[in-house]
Amino acid sequence: MTEPALRICGAALGFGERRLWSGLDLDVAPGELVAVLGPNGSGKTSLLRAILGLQRLDAGTVEVAGMPARRGRARVGYVPQQRALPADVALRARDLVGFGVSGTRFGLPLPSRRERMAVDRLLARVGATRYADQRVGRLSGGEQQRLRVAQALAGDPRLLLLDEPLLSLDLQHQRGLADLLAAERSRGDVGILVVTHDVNPLLGIVDRVLYLAGGRFRVGAPDEVLRSDVLSDLYGTPVDVIRSHGRLVVVGAPDAGHVHHDHPAEGVS
Amino acid sequence: MDWLGDVFNFDDYGALLWLVRNSVLAGAVLGLVGGLIGVFVMQRDMAFAVHGISELSFAGAAAALLVGADVVLGSITGSIAAALLIGAFGARARDRNSIVGVLMPTGLGLGILFLALYPGRSANKLSLLTGQIIAIDDPGVVRLIVVSAIVLVALLLIWRPLSFASLDPESAAARGVPERGLSIAFLLLLGLITAVSVQIVGALLVLALLVTPAAAALRVASSPPVVALLAALFGLVSAVGGILLAIAGSLPISPFITTISFLIYVVCRIVARVRGKVVREEVAA
Repeated sequence: MTEPALRICGAALGFGERRLWSGLDLDVAPGELVAVLGPNGSGKTSLLRAILGLQRLDAGTVEVAGMPARRGRARVGYVPQQRALPADVALRARDLVGFGVSGTRFGLPLPSRRERMAVDRLLARVGATRYADQRVGRLSGGEQQRLRVAQALAGDPRLLLLDEPLLSLDLQHQRGLADLLAAERSRGDVGILVVTHDVNPLLGIVDRVLYLAGGRFRVGAPDEVLRSDVLSDLYGTPVDVIRSHGRLVVVGAPDAGHVHHDHPAEGVS
Repeated sequence: MDWLGDVFNFDDYGALLWLVRNSVLAGAVLGLVGGLIGVFVMQRDMAFAVHGISELSFAGAAAALLVGADVVLGSITGSIAAALLIGAFGARARDRNSIVGVLMPTGLGLGILFLALYPGRSANKLSLLTGQIIAIDDPGVVRLIVVSAIVLVALLLIWRPLSFASLDPESAAARGVPERGLSIAFLLLLGLITAVSVQIVGALLVLALLVTPAAAALRVASSPPVVALLAALFGLVSAVGGILLAIAGSLPISPFITTISFLIYVVCRIVARVRGKVVREEVAA
């Protein structure tokens, strides 16, 4: 497969006076996993929204599998930022996944055999068969997140977008989700773009990093980007990347829009 | 127990039943559709909006009564107007609550004004607030059935995207579900079925058919098809049961409908609680 799963050319976006990024170029190949990093307000979620066709760019183009980004393209699977479902919502695990299979379809809501089988396959693919018939609200955050991935994979997308998928998951579930993403990555037919504030749980499977900060960006392998000199240059202020027991920590990175406010320490943000 | 003989009198019940057969049918259809639409009312957190729509529906009906126009048509006009206003100004939940909060007393006030100006029989006046199905003539009842059937079919056609948008809005938006259009369509259907309910249980008690059955079903089931079927069944039992009991005696219909639907709700809560205890004990064991 030569066609990139995602191609962003010369993209620019800003709100009012504030420019989030401009001149952004990025290709994501099928089977590649790219992590989008950057401080709060650097436009990570806006980038996802632009790829989904929910946000107009000021300049540039976004193509998914060779087609211009537009709202509702089946070629993009999307896992929104975690919003725990209330425990009393009448929705089983298989129903949440089923939304991905037939949720957009108008007409009499009679489930076909093929749809049921598609849901079963997706549940098995993410290892959620065991709790397929349980209420979603009763499941743990990690289990819900697997279901959201299964829903996003419905319709065999060429590109998978995940917005902070590891947020509020405990270590074990973070590892479980990383394993799931690793498995999808090694299938080789879907490009994966993960927005995250902490790259550490994904370090073993990230091919490249897109780091957004201070209205600029840097793309490259984790070792090329997550370095003190590179990030200091990007932020325009001294920043230290500290490696400790295989974990990366960025120290001294300011939040976007609050350049003078010093954050003592955070994960690779 | 003389009063009981006044309330219930099953002499000539068969003949009476035959006379009101259309009302029973209308109640059955309304109960069924009300239960189904109630599932979405609960999911979209719109019980308060239903109340607002019903008050404007009441104002429309009262205005129609005053000027000698068709009451059902007036009722539908009022609730469609309310649905459109809520749709236009209440996209977000908080805005919606404030616009409903403003509409509700306005509608009720207007309705009371029109009724005060209306020179006709007072029984008609009260029935708009508390229900009147037996007072409606047969062509009127047939129209209620037709409107309910239209709502039923339309609701089934948008069922899946509406569920997706109601329960998982962000993913639905990303997948291109037209949330805004669905939301307006749902409000219109809600307006129509509310106008029908106003005719049968009265403006004040609409929630007994549009919210309580679905709320009860959501207590005991977690599979969406089962919830829908139970809600429809509960609505149907409440509406038909209420009418069948009421025609045997001298009391109005709505207290029977509200009591039955409330009892169903209470039983469902108890069932859910007992079941929850059993599950917890199994987990603990």
